[in-house]
Amino acid sequence: MYPAKFEYVRALDVADALAKISSDEDAKFLAGGHSLVPLMKFRLATPSLLVDISQLQELAYVKDEGDYVAIGALTRHHDVERSGILQSHVPILPHVAGMVGDPQVRHRGTIGGSVAHGDGASDLPAALLALDATMVATGSVGQREIPAKNFFKGFLETDLSPDEILTEIRVPKGTKAWSYKKFNRRAQDWAIVGVAAVKNGSTKVAFVNMGSSPLRSTGCEGALNKGASITEAAELATEGIDPPSDLNATSEFRIHLAKVLTRRALEEMEG
Amino acid sequence: MTKIAEHDMSVIGKKVLRREDPALLSGESKFVADLEAPGVLNIFVLRSSVANARIRSINVQRAKEAKGIVAVYTAADLESEWAAPMPCAWPVTADMKNPAHYPLAKDTVRYVGDGIAVVVAHSTEEAADAASLIEVDYEEQPVVIDLEEALSGRHLVHESLGTNVSYVWELNPNPVGLEKAFTEAKYVVSERYVQQRLIPAAMEPRGVLAVPSPMGGDYTLYSATQVPHILKVMAALTLGISETKLRVIAPSVGGGFGSKLNVYAEELICLALSRKHRLPVKWVEERSEGGQATIQGRGQVQYMELAADADGKLLGVRVNLIADMGAYLQLVTPGIPLLGAFLYHGVYHVANYGFKATGVFTNKTPTDAYRGAGRPEATYAIERAMDALAKKVGVDSAEIRRRNLIQPEQFPYNSPAGLIFDSGDYPKNFEMALEKLGYSKLREEQAQRRLQSSTKNLGIGISFFVEMCGLAPSRVLASLNYSAGGWESATVRILPTSKIQVVTGTSPHGQGHETSWAMIVADKLGVPIEDIEVLHSDTAIAPHGMDTYGSRSLSVGGTAVHLATERVLDKARKLAAHQLEVSEEDLDYGAGAFSVKGAPEKVMPLAGVAFEAFTAHNLPEGMEPNLEASISWDPPNFTFPYGTHLAVVEVDSETGKVELMRYLSVDDCGNQINPMIVEGQIHGGIAQGVAQALYEEAVYDESGNLLNPSLADYLVPSAAEMPNFELGQTVTPSPTNPLGVKGIGEAGTIASTPAAINAVVDALSHLGVTNIDMPASPERVWRAIQSAKG
Repeated sequence: MYPAKFEYVRALDVADALAKISSDEDAKFLAGGHSLVPLMKFRLATPSLLVDISQLQELAYVKDEGDYVAIGALTRHHDVERSGILQSHVPILPHVAGMVGDPQVRHRGTIGGSVAHGDGASDLPAALLALDATMVATGSVGQREIPAKNFFKGFLETDLSPDEILTEIRVPKGTKAWSYKKFNRRAQDWAIVGVAAVKNGSTKVAFVNMGSSPLRSTGCEGALNKGASITEAAELATEGIDPPSDLNATSEFRIHLAKVLTRRALEEMEG
Repeated sequence: MTKIAEHDMSVIGKKVLRREDPALLSGESKFVADLEAPGVLNIFVLRSSVANARIRSINVQRAKEAKGIVAVYTAADLESEWAAPMPCAWPVTADMKNPAHYPLAKDTVRYVGDGIAVVVAHSTEEAADAASLIEVDYEEQPVVIDLEEALSGRHLVHESLGTNVSYVWELNPNPVGLEKAFTEAKYVVSERYVQQRLIPAAMEPRGVLAVPSPMGGDYTLYSATQVPHILKVMAALTLGISETKLRVIAPSVGGGFGSKLNVYAEELICLALSRKHRLPVKWVEERSEGGQATIQGRGQVQYMELAADADGKLLGVRVNLIADMGAYLQLVTPGIPLLGAFLYHGVYHVANYGFKATGVFTNKTPTDAYRGAGRPEATYAIERAMDALAKKVGVDSAEIRRRNLIQPEQFPYNSPAGLIFDSGDYPKNFEMALEKLGYSKLREEQAQRRLQSSTKNLGIGISFFVEMCGLAPSRVLASLNYSAGGWESATVRILPTSKIQVVTGTSPHGQGHETSWAMIVADKLGVPIEDIEVLHSDTAIAPHGMDTYGSRSLSVGGTAVHLATERVLDKARKLAAHQLEVSEEDLDYGAGAFSVKGAPEKVMPLAGVAFEAFTAHNLPEGMEPNLEASISWDPPNFTFPYGTHLAVVEVDSETGKVELMRYLSVDDCGNQINPMIVEGQIHGGIAQGVAQALYEEAVYDESGNLLNPSLADYLVPSAAEMPNFELGQTVTPSPTNPLGVKGIGEAGTIASTPAAINAVVDALSHLGVTNIDMPASPERVWRAIQSAKG
């Protein structure tokens, strides 16, 4: 697999990254490279310039900020998995990070890269959606905060504009119960269907690979709010959702799996 | 037969660490892609994007003008390079249809991946960029994808043939008896099984580097191949190069599984272009390209029938299969079903046997040998059908097998298909495996779970395999119309400094011959392994060889090494006797030295003998200088490894997910030279067979597009999907060779596929499920449960 020709520069800091990305309208940021590089090798992505931000150490951190935990966008999956702060305050995230790909992927891939790529089949975006996380984007005019609910727009499409860089992810504390059900055939694979459920006040349920972007299960959440039983709520989990068919599962089977996995996630949270 | 297992001092039977591994683990080993050659040209092959089409036109002009491009060739440009079409060495019948197959497709493309043009550039990236500028105008034709549809001949892969059938091959020694068996049977089982196509996915993709010599018109062809010797002969014939001018080297090769047992278009193209440009030419396969450009395995529809009496004892076995050749016949494509043709009754005694295979062309990548080649398909059919028979008779699946196993006193067993099974004690092996597993306890647990209507359904799968390997007695190959022999050669050379060179005609690509062959010689000569160097896979160093495939290397090539060592030792003994002035019978040999019986102080070490042979100052009358012997050994029979493989699965009936909980095997491969290598082969083999059962399939759409050529979509399982394997063994030495060895390279793959599927079907049998096509994906399992519910 030979990618098309491209130029490569390394950013020195965030400001430099922003300057470099705006120098070429077909430029892309390169972080861990575990989503972008495969696409380039298949020639599904043909950026003319790669701006390598992977060495911006100032964006690799996990900090306790009181009400929330701040995660630098360039924090590797492995570091999310091992973070003591996250393990105490947002335990679902280390758990989910530990299920991304294989150890090599987890040592290269970054949480910000996964989120900015916006793949509906990735684990972390759905978990952040269920957590009601906030994405912090930095652009030439300053920073803005984007709630996860408004961040994921469609197939590999997010609310980030081409001249913005995702710098931080803020995750509220206060999880009372959580569950993540990842269904796949091989441990290293993307989920055929994944369900992230978080109880923090109300119960939030988000799906992996049930649409072109990570999705919240409004059917299930609505039913639970109205006092439905777990079984009833799980049965309504896929309301309004039309998942894709691929080699691993038809749309019909995905719907079935999503209901079973939602029920199991809710049951696990009940404990 | 040497009872090597009984030597206490012997290195044989010890878990010696592989000598190959330090270089492999530290990255020092050189694969084709690692090789550099000054001035090298890199090529990229443009492949057909449609499965069946006439080519109206190809426009390469823009590609030729692209940066860094040296040349662009289409089939028409290279026609004069070929002295003959690409070889098929196994014309299984006299009237087999074998359409001419050239490295590039000329007027018609017949599968997605068929080569159309070659771009020659300084860098591969430039070649790939330029290839995307080539414009091909296709006139698409209807495609032939399904095997049964292919038989109908409604659309044709090769119009000029007038049929999609390449051949029909039958083995039916006693048609009247077979017919009678089925008429008189109390029970008849009729099953249809599908062997899906598999992508071999060797860890190292293929690669070629052809280097012309600056003078003399010689060529060196480096290739990631299992068969440098066969490749040399075939490439010489195909390109019209004198065989004396061609040297083939297989450097470190990262697995093959049969996929590198071939002569490929890219090998011939690189060689032809190196002749044309007088420069080295290199090609390295892309992983996804390999899904289309390298042969695939399996691809059969099997109709399997068993006839049995009131006790469930077999009366007859009848097999009818359609085998997918793909678009062309590669090196041994048509012969693969024949390698299983004799084994569809498995380990069970039966009097009446019939087999028929129809090879058909389809608009897909050609098939060919893939680990087990024909024997996994046979084992699958008989082991699945035995479970179906057990169900029909109403006995446990272990019991139906007990009633039918070939008994120890029947060996050597004259099989109904005409083979002579060498040795075995099947009941002992079978009961040992069941006992180790705790079979009856698991059956109790299964019943318990069913009572509780658990969604975690327990299943136990049995597979008892026998294979014919150690390919092969050349006379038998002749009777099957195979165009080569099955012998193997070896040279053992003791140098003046007493270091030893072993030259073998086998061509290891992960099997560890450098270790095992050295162990065989070290054992015989009583010298340290470190003094022995094993040379291989270079036709200039090892001119004679039949290479490595079909679990043949140890039983044929290892035996040749053993015999050559004996011959060298005989010569050394003569020389030592001469110089010690005693008769040969008065000499003992041990720990690397000759000593005189009754006079232990009169000693002559092998090192001394070697030096005397080198100086040749004082040799016995008529003895030639040098201590060296060569041998070519042709085995008198196949070997027949066997074993019981047991899989325990848990099937989640809500999600259809299959969890392999336990896997236990008791293999009998005769004597073991290095049990660690044996275990490694079994581990990899089991994983690869389970992969067919649960994970892997080359999926084609109705237009003939391969949908999952990349490893993201083609599900090769990892260690994470496998349980710890529980391995046991019985040892029944083979009388076929002096080492008493049988071969283990394919055993795991042959046995494990039916073990896994039988377990899945067993888990769900109480729900009415009787069959699940492979791979048993969650959705397939879930749907099988839904449709059994009605």
